[in-house]
Amino acid sequence: MKQSVVRNVGELPTFGFGPQSGPWWGAMSFMALEGMGFAIAIGAYLYLYAVNPTWPIGALPPDLWPGTAETIIFLLSIIPNQYTNRVAHRQDLHKVRVWLVVMSLIGIVLLILRGFEFAHLNTRWDNSAYGSVVWLILGLHTTHLATDLGDTIVLAVLMFTAHAKPRRFSDVTDNVFYWNFVVIAWLPLYVLLDWVPRL
Amino acid sequence: MAAEQREIRDDALDGSQLAARLESIWRTPSGLIGTLMSVDHKIIGRRYIVTAFAFLFLGGMLAILMRIQLAGAEQRLLSPDLYNQVFTMHGSTMMFLFAVPVMEAFAVYLVPLMVGTRNIAFPRLNAFSYWMFLFGGCFLWISFAFNVGPDVGWFAYTPLSSLQFTPSKRADVWAQMITFTEVAALAVAVEIIVTVFKQRAPGMTLDRIPLFVWAMLVTAFLIMFAMPSIMIASTSLILDRLVSTRFYDPSSGGNVLLWQHLFWFFGHPEVYIIFIPATGMASMILATFARRPVIGYPVIVLSLIATGFLSFGLWVHHMFVTGLPQLGAGLFTASSMLIAVPSGLQIFCWIATLWDGRPVYRTPLLFVLGFIVIFVIGGLSGVMVASVPIDTQVHDTYFVVAHFHYVLIGGAVFPLIGAVYYWFPKICGRMLSERLGHWNFWLAFCGFNIAFFPMHILGLMGMPRRVYTYTPEMGWDRLNLLSSVGAAIFALSFAVLLANAIYSLRKGTLAHDNPWGASTLEWATASPPPPQNFDRIPAVTHRDPLWADSNTLPVIAGLSAERREVLLTSLAEAEPQIREASPEPSIWPLLTAIATTIFFIGSIFTPWAVMWGTPPMAITLIGWFWPTGSKEDEE
Repeated sequence: MKQSVVRNVGELPTFGFGPQSGPWWGAMSFMALEGMGFAIAIGAYLYLYAVNPTWPIGALPPDLWPGTAETIIFLLSIIPNQYTNRVAHRQDLHKVRVWLVVMSLIGIVLLILRGFEFAHLNTRWDNSAYGSVVWLILGLHTTHLATDLGDTIVLAVLMFTAHAKPRRFSDVTDNVFYWNFVVIAWLPLYVLLDWVPRL
Repeated sequence: MAAEQREIRDDALDGSQLAARLESIWRTPSGLIGTLMSVDHKIIGRRYIVTAFAFLFLGGMLAILMRIQLAGAEQRLLSPDLYNQVFTMHGSTMMFLFAVPVMEAFAVYLVPLMVGTRNIAFPRLNAFSYWMFLFGGCFLWISFAFNVGPDVGWFAYTPLSSLQFTPSKRADVWAQMITFTEVAALAVAVEIIVTVFKQRAPGMTLDRIPLFVWAMLVTAFLIMFAMPSIMIASTSLILDRLVSTRFYDPSSGGNVLLWQHLFWFFGHPEVYIIFIPATGMASMILATFARRPVIGYPVIVLSLIATGFLSFGLWVHHMFVTGLPQLGAGLFTASSMLIAVPSGLQIFCWIATLWDGRPVYRTPLLFVLGFIVIFVIGGLSGVMVASVPIDTQVHDTYFVVAHFHYVLIGGAVFPLIGAVYYWFPKICGRMLSERLGHWNFWLAFCGFNIAFFPMHILGLMGMPRRVYTYTPEMGWDRLNLLSSVGAAIFALSFAVLLANAIYSLRKGTLAHDNPWGASTLEWATASPPPPQNFDRIPAVTHRDPLWADSNTLPVIAGLSAERREVLLTSLAEAEPQIREASPEPSIWPLLTAIATTIFFIGSIFTPWAVMWGTPPMAITLIGWFWPTGSKEDEE
C-alpha cells in the first residue's frame, strides 16, 4: 500500500506524567486487580463472620494499639508522599532524593509496627477459621507494604546514581500513586480487623 | 536537547531504507540466549499459541482415553484412581492451559497489530507471562507423569481436596498450577488494557476499535476482577493443607461452601473469559466473508460490556443443590436467563450481517456458522439448567457435560479454529489448504454433535458425571458407544488441522498482505509482519480503514529510527501524546520466572520456601527494572 504522511509527531515529549503515561495505567490496573483481591478477602472474612455463631472464635479481639498507630502513620504519610509527588513533577532531583529517603524510613517504621501487630492479634492462623482469615488479610496487606517499600528503596537508590534521568521522575510519581493505594486499602482493613471483632 | 535534535527520525528516511533500519532496531537477537530474551509480541504470541495447542492435544488425548473407557459397560482400561486423575487433568488442562491462554495468545499476537502499534505494552511482562504459563503447565503434566496428577475435579471442591481426604500432594499440584496460570493471565490482562487504552493508532477513537479488540478489552477486565478470587481460593486451600489454617475445616469455624463461592465467583466469569474473545473472532471473520461491516457495531460492543457485567452475577447457579435460600435461587435463575439477552443480540447482528452481505463460504466462515448453530443449542440447554427444578434433576449428570461442551467447544473452539484459518496467513505467511479445511470443518461439526448430543439423553437417563464405568443393565452402552465414535471423528478433525498446518507451513500458497480483502489494520502490513509491525504508524479515519481506501494508507511520521519508540495516544480520542521508549530484549523476565517457579513449587513442600524463595525473586525483579544505560532508558 502507498503511504501518505498526514502528520508529524516529532515534537511530542518522550515521557509524561499521570494518565498520559503507560506505566500509570499499568499501576492503575494492578491496583484494580489487587483491590479486587482485598475485596474478595474481605468478603471471605464477612462470610465466615456470618456463618459462625461466635466471633472472634476462641480468641480475644486484637490489641488495638499497633493497628491504630499504623493507621495514624499511614494517614500522616500522605503528606510527605504528596511532597514527593510535587518535587518529582518539578523534576527537582535533590528534593526527590530527600523525600524518597523519608518515605523509605516511614515504610520501615510501618513494617516494624506490622510485626508487632501480628504478635498482638491474640490468635494464631491455625487456631480457627477466624485466625486463618485474619492472618491471610494482614499477610496480604503486608505483602503490599513490603513490595512498595522495596520499590521505594530501589527508586531512592536509583536517584542517587547516574541513571537519575528525567523519565525517572515519572516513575517516582507512579510510586507515590501506588503508596496512596496501600494507605487507602489499609483503612477498611483496619476497621475490619480491629473493630468488627468488638461489635 | 542537542542530542535529541541529531536523532534520526522516520521522516528523514523512506522505503526500504526505513524498513531495514527499523528492522535492525526491533528484531529479536539471534542465538539461543537471544531467543530466550525476546520481547516481541509476535514471537511470544506465537509461542503462546503453539504451547496452548500442545496442551489442547494433550487434554484431547485424555478425552479419548475416557471415551474408550466409557464406550462399553465395565471396561477396565483405566483404574478408578487413574480415571479420577484423567478427568481432572482433562478439565484443568482445557480450562487453565488451553482455553484461557489460547485466547490471550491470539490477543498478544493480534491486538498490537490491530490497533496499529509496534509492540504490546509492558513487553517484558509479556515474556514473563509466557514463561510462567509454560512452567505452570509443565509442572502439572510432569506431576501427572509421576502419578501425582490432581484427582479432585477441575474445581477441587473441599472437603475432598482437604488434607484429610487427599493426603498426597495431588491437590497441592492443582492449587499451585492455578497460581502459575493466574499470574500469567493477569499479566496479559494488564498488558491488553494498557495497549488498548494508550497505544491505539491516532484517530482510532472508541467507536473505531475493531470488535476483536473490544472483546479482548472486556475479557481483560473480566480476568482482572475474576482471577483474584481464585488466587485467594487456591492460596487458602494450600494454606489449609500446608500450615493447618482452618478456612475449610468445619470443626474450627471453617466452611466448605466458602470454597464454592470463591471458586465460582471466578469460575462463572471464566466461561465468559473464554467465550467473549471467541465472539470477537466471529465478528471479525463474519465482516470479512460477508463482504460488509458487521451490522449493529454499537449493539455488539454494548452486548459485550453487558455480558461482562452480568457474568459476575451468575456464580451461584453452580450451587443450586447446596441448599440455598429460595430468594437467592430465584435471583440467580433470573440473572442466568438475563445473560442470554446480550448473547442473543449479538447472534441477531451476525445473522443480519450474513443476510445483507454476499457471503463467501471459505473455511473460517464455515467454522463461524458451525459456532452459531452449536452455541445456540448450548445456550438453549443453558436456559434450561438455569431453572432450579431442572438443574436439581440433571445436576452432576451427563446432561450438564453435554451442555457445557456445547457452550465451550461450540462457543469458543469453533470460532477459534476459524480464527486459525483466518489469521494463519498473517502469522505464517502461507495460506492453509481450503480443501483440507472443508474436511476439517465437516469432520469437526459432525464428530462434535455425534459425540456430545447423545450425552443430553444419557444425562436424562440418569448417567452421573465422573464415573469410571457402569454396569450393562443400566442400558447406557449404545449411546455411549455412539458418543465415543463421534469423539473419534472429532479427534480426527484435529489431526486434519495439524496435518494442514504442517503441510501448509512448507507448501501452502504464499499469502500477500491482505489475502482475504479484510478491513482492519493487521492486514495493512506484510505477512508475516516485520519486527517493527509497521514502518510508519497508521492514522485512522474510518472504522474499516482498509475498505475506506484500499490504495493509500494515511500514516504518522516523526518517531525515532534509532531506538525503540511507540506512540502513546489519549484514551478516548486517540490523540498523539507521547513518543515513549519501548523495552529492549532482556533475559531477566525468564530469570524472574525461574525464581518464581522455584518459590511456587518449593512452597508446596515447605512453608520456609517463602523465606528463601523471596530474595532470588527480589534480585531478579531489580535486575529486570534496573536501567541498563541503553538509549531507551536514559531519555
